[in-house]
Amino acid sequence: MKIKELLFSPVLTNNPIGLQILGICSALAVTSSLKVTLVMCIALTVVTAFSNLFVSLVRNQIPNSVRIIAQMTIIASLVIVVDQVLKAYAFEISKQLSVFVGLIITNCIVMGRAEAFAMKNPPGASFLDGIGNGFGYSAMLIVLAVIRELFGSGKLMGYEILPLVTDGGWYVPNGLLLLPPSAFFLIGLIIWAMRTYDKKQVEVAEFKICPNTVKEA
Amino acid sequence: MSNKETTSKTLIVILSLCFVCSVIVSTAAVVLKPIQETNKALDFKRNILAAAGMLKEGADVEEQFKLITTKTVDFAIDKYVLDVTPEQLAQETKLIGELDIAKIGTRADYSKVYLVENAGKLEKIILPVKGYGLWSTLYGFMALEADTNTIVGLGFYQHGETPGLGGEVDNPKWKSLWVGKEVYADDGSVAITITKGPAPVGDINKVDGLSGATLTSKGVDNLIKFWMGDSGYGPFLSNLKDGDA
Repeated sequence: MKIKELLFSPVLTNNPIGLQILGICSALAVTSSLKVTLVMCIALTVVTAFSNLFVSLVRNQIPNSVRIIAQMTIIASLVIVVDQVLKAYAFEISKQLSVFVGLIITNCIVMGRAEAFAMKNPPGASFLDGIGNGFGYSAMLIVLAVIRELFGSGKLMGYEILPLVTDGGWYVPNGLLLLPPSAFFLIGLIIWAMRTYDKKQVEVAEFKICPNTVKEA
Repeated sequence: MSNKETTSKTLIVILSLCFVCSVIVSTAAVVLKPIQETNKALDFKRNILAAAGMLKEGADVEEQFKLITTKTVDFAIDKYVLDVTPEQLAQETKLIGELDIAKIGTRADYSKVYLVENAGKLEKIILPVKGYGLWSTLYGFMALEADTNTIVGLGFYQHGETPGLGGEVDNPKWKSLWVGKEVYADDGSVAITITKGPAPVGDINKVDGLSGATLTSKGVDNLIKFWMGDSGYGPFLSNLKDGDA
């Protein structure tokens, strides 16, 4: 597989959130502010890339019966290291991310890539695949965060863009956008847009709904 | 890889993997610990300064914190005590039923308080407060003028309330509403209250509630009533006012 394909196909054509519908939990939770989202994206990209690399390095040694546990051990260790680094060098943001860094361990994207890609591919390609999927996740989260922070609190990265009515401006913020459920609606709309743009992403229906028939008594 | 599925191979792989991972994790934890501790301590001090309205952005926090004196209050006698051991600082009293309006379960027997003094004269006093909101315990500081009645500022340094709703306790505009309000009524009872909706204009004992965050507002209201009341700093503050602390 070509490097370009490994890095960029997860962004649009095989987006981990948009197509694989993985990692929704943190996409809802951390996207109410762009700054926090960016840190979360970097953390997840680093963890996915390195967990892919290490899983791939030991893939021929891991016995099949315990492979999930072996992957989890590697992922969990990486997440703890990332969490510790954030607490040391980005204290304010790690306070806002709180439990969500720890929850990268259970993020299906990391686990999914380790199991689906890194177990069968050499380390180099696995590392790039991890970065690519991190990009895919980041792209979706950044779009969500920009929409939510801009229209929810009139700011971007904490700087005022739309002056709020409460501060003497003209913009009435949409409070719903600050709540996690709003990300659900946004992700839904983005998936719709992606499938309209790229028809291949639409699955074949598993069954056809028949028209309503009235049974004679 | 002739046979990697045997029991002994499985054990060896998993044990060595666990060993390597644990070394990495513990190294990271041990190496970064001092930096993390410094961050925590700095954050704590920054919040004390912010509550007192003395925090200058960009300036060195440690330097600014030199203006502040730390003392310890014993809740049994409601006065300052010297020479408190760490064991004593960890002692707690269980709060039962009606007493526990802030829903914190226990209250420490001793509390550190932070004073701003000018030439030996008390200017401001900063009191640590905590209490339960909607989802989480809010930890913060309440700063009072030397008259132990007028509020200088209120701020929370740790909470897990809903961002945008209860999380608005961090909103500078809301926090500024507290400045200049008075805690006690003329008869000495705790009068400061968070109203539902806007507070009556000119009422020195009432603060606007946060819209969309009734339960967080209620929690903040309760925790202030608790800490300013008889089970909290109330008696100590009246001793302090009489110059008898």
